[in-house]
Amino acid sequence: MSDTPRLELIGINKSYPGVVANNNVSLKVMPGEIHALLGENGAGKSTLVKFIYGVQRSDSGRMLWEGEEVRLANPNAARKLGICMVFQHFSLFDAMTVEENISLGISPELTKGDLSSRIRDVSAQYGLPLDPDRYVHTLSVGERQRIEVVRCLLQDPTLLIMDEPTSVLTPQEVEDLFKTLRRLSDEGVSILYISHKLQEIKMLCHTATIMRMGEVVAECTPANETARSMAELMMGENLINPERTDRKIDGVTRLEVKNLTAVSTHQHGTDLHNLHMEVRAGEILGIAGIAGNGQRELMEMLTGEVLAPEADAISIDGKSVGLLDPVQRRSVGLGLVPEERLGYGAVPDMSLWENGVLSAATRMNLLNNGFIQVAASTEFAEDVVEEFRVKTPGVNHAAKSLSGGNLQKFIVGREIVQKPGVIIVLQPTWGVDAGSAAAIRQSLIDMAVDGAAVLAVSQDLEELFEISDRIAVICAGRISEARAAASITVEEIGLLMAGVEPGGEIAHAD
Amino acid sequence: MLIRLEQRPEVSKIMVYVSPLIAVVLTILTAMIMFGALGVDPFKAIQTFFFEPLSTLDGVAELFVKATPLVLIGVGLSLGFQANVWNIGAEGQLVIGALTGGGLALAFYNQSSVFLIPAMCVCGTIGGMAWAAIPAWLKTRFNCNEILTSLMLSYVGLLVLSYLVHGPWKDPEGMNFPESRLFHDSALMPILIDETRLNVGWLVALLVVLLGWILISRHIIGFQIKVIGMAPLAGAFAGFKEKRLIWITLLISGGCAGLAGVIELSGAIGQIVPSISPGYGFTAIIVAFLGRLHPVGVLFAGLLMALTYLGGDSAQITMNLPNAVTGVFQGMLLFFLLASDVLIKYRVRVGSPSIEAEARE
Repeated sequence: MSDTPRLELIGINKSYPGVVANNNVSLKVMPGEIHALLGENGAGKSTLVKFIYGVQRSDSGRMLWEGEEVRLANPNAARKLGICMVFQHFSLFDAMTVEENISLGISPELTKGDLSSRIRDVSAQYGLPLDPDRYVHTLSVGERQRIEVVRCLLQDPTLLIMDEPTSVLTPQEVEDLFKTLRRLSDEGVSILYISHKLQEIKMLCHTATIMRMGEVVAECTPANETARSMAELMMGENLINPERTDRKIDGVTRLEVKNLTAVSTHQHGTDLHNLHMEVRAGEILGIAGIAGNGQRELMEMLTGEVLAPEADAISIDGKSVGLLDPVQRRSVGLGLVPEERLGYGAVPDMSLWENGVLSAATRMNLLNNGFIQVAASTEFAEDVVEEFRVKTPGVNHAAKSLSGGNLQKFIVGREIVQKPGVIIVLQPTWGVDAGSAAAIRQSLIDMAVDGAAVLAVSQDLEELFEISDRIAVICAGRISEARAAASITVEEIGLLMAGVEPGGEIAHAD
Repeated sequence: MLIRLEQRPEVSKIMVYVSPLIAVVLTILTAMIMFGALGVDPFKAIQTFFFEPLSTLDGVAELFVKATPLVLIGVGLSLGFQANVWNIGAEGQLVIGALTGGGLALAFYNQSSVFLIPAMCVCGTIGGMAWAAIPAWLKTRFNCNEILTSLMLSYVGLLVLSYLVHGPWKDPEGMNFPESRLFHDSALMPILIDETRLNVGWLVALLVVLLGWILISRHIIGFQIKVIGMAPLAGAFAGFKEKRLIWITLLISGGCAGLAGVIELSGAIGQIVPSISPGYGFTAIIVAFLGRLHPVGVLFAGLLMALTYLGGDSAQITMNLPNAVTGVFQGMLLFFLLASDVLIKYRVRVGSPSIEAEARE
């Protein structure tokens, strides 16, 4: 191996309106090195990789390739250098064969000649069994990923970027993939491996760069670290320990989930396994977890978008609601704040008052024989705007004209003004400015103090410690036992989030 | 110099209304070039096409007669289109509606009753709904694309019509012409202006416009249609049932088309003939889009499209232009409209992208 890094990034900066995605990020990948890029969701990994692959430009900073400065205008330029990427979400056409799919994604000169036999060669050489004539819809997810990998290998890459490659694989498939990657590394191919799975990184990677909130916080050699120590670096050690431990929670149970087991309705979704939890009046239960561990499925079950298998799997104030639809659950007393604001919690092109009608129609009596009461609806929206200090020229303006923080205040406020007995909030302050975030958190605490049961699902541990009375962790569709926020440490949560039990054993290999 | 389209931060309210006008102007300009190429004086052609038909009372009455089915169907279709339910088989629903309503008229061909017309309207509406219920069922049960099923059922409907007028429903005293008996007077729509064909059907169309307007702007069903169309996930979050809306929108649009069929039959034709509609069901798709999928817009768009039918006739008669001119006009209008619609969400910019625009990407 030479001393010249294959890839070197120096001082990369990139910001989006309101968010600094990369702040002065530097990184070195040597030839033949398997380099982990480790961080929570939103830490800036994807932004950085998009820059390396030429999808996005940075605001400032330099990129050196084999010691020489390069500027990549697009992914084609990146591929010319030998940079290839396997995305988390595949871009394959189900109705075409493996060979046809591969030929679509590579440069035309490579498709000349006998592509099919070259596919067979490469797949045999690297232990990636793949039949070029099979149709993609007949293949498993692991096999589909192999198509993407083979597509990359056909182009003789010198740097292979893999974005969360194991999130959709079975443990056996993971093992096979690792064999291939180690072999590529032996041949001098550098691999940039993006993941938040600590055990995998420990097994596979030579070095790791850990990112948090857009910055590189540490570089380490995974072999010399423990999953625990890397989790600490990933989460940050500077979390404030909560002080609010005194408030006595002795209210009745308002939201209860019992034995909830469900198969995900989404592709690559996470099934829910035997979930139990209860939230009492006056309490905020925080659920931590890395995205894609069943939060979406849990939310759909709780809202009623997908019905539970049994009526009493979910109950609100003692009433079984598992088989009720969202409108019925709202009238029982459920308030909901989904994760996505635009297009889910709000219709972007509709006015604020219409977006008020969206979730408040039944509870606030905004309908009269099916006709929308415009005056009452406008008044309701104006109340929300006033009470939650939403900055907008008026409730006739479209939801998408509001900033993220203001729209989130409106969406949270829309639910709180309805005075639900139980409120479920996903990522309450995701991508929201600090001022709005504080206001939203305070309003959730106030709701609990007034006797509501609050369930907050968030990836932001700091936030969960700030507002929660108890915290549980969701991982691979299972929820850990909720523990008092005062008695659980960041470390323990970090390990639970990564699928490691506090004792140190791996709970779930996947 | 670079000409680019840049996304507007908010939908341009002005462009929503200006874009159809741009489309009309572009259509007229292109048509003039086309007429010139055919060796016809473009100004005279435009005059013949757009103004001559309206120079007589009868012409004006015909405009409303032709606009009636277009507006009726257009209002129904626009509701579905807003919910991304693409019923393009209104032609078949019109024909089946005409047959169920017209069948009633034939059954009572020798009896007089004031209830006959309302009963025919009800039967026609139900017939259109039933025909639209097939794609609705296929879509909600098997996730079958309603564009294909509704379109294919149009041709089935036309063949049913053809079978009936050539066979069982042929007038026994009709010298073997493929036509039914003439309807009894009490099965004909009351005429509004003597000596013309303008009938009560036009008032029905206006009523449907009003009802459609109320539904879409004030009723929760209309609200759900808009939400599902703009943001399906938000609809699911709010608890709206998409399947139910597919049924509702297809039944409404099928019912409107069926009603239009009865009105055309009993108002303008007076018997069942092999060709009931000159493609009103398809033209109404253009009407719906030209009218911005809004009932009031559909009203004006329907009148404009009716004029292209009349203009085509008069261009054929006075200038010996082919009948295809009508189709060309309608096609160009839709083409230019869809093209101009880009301006609603985007604006044209000259020069390199601004920082702000890049940040949005």
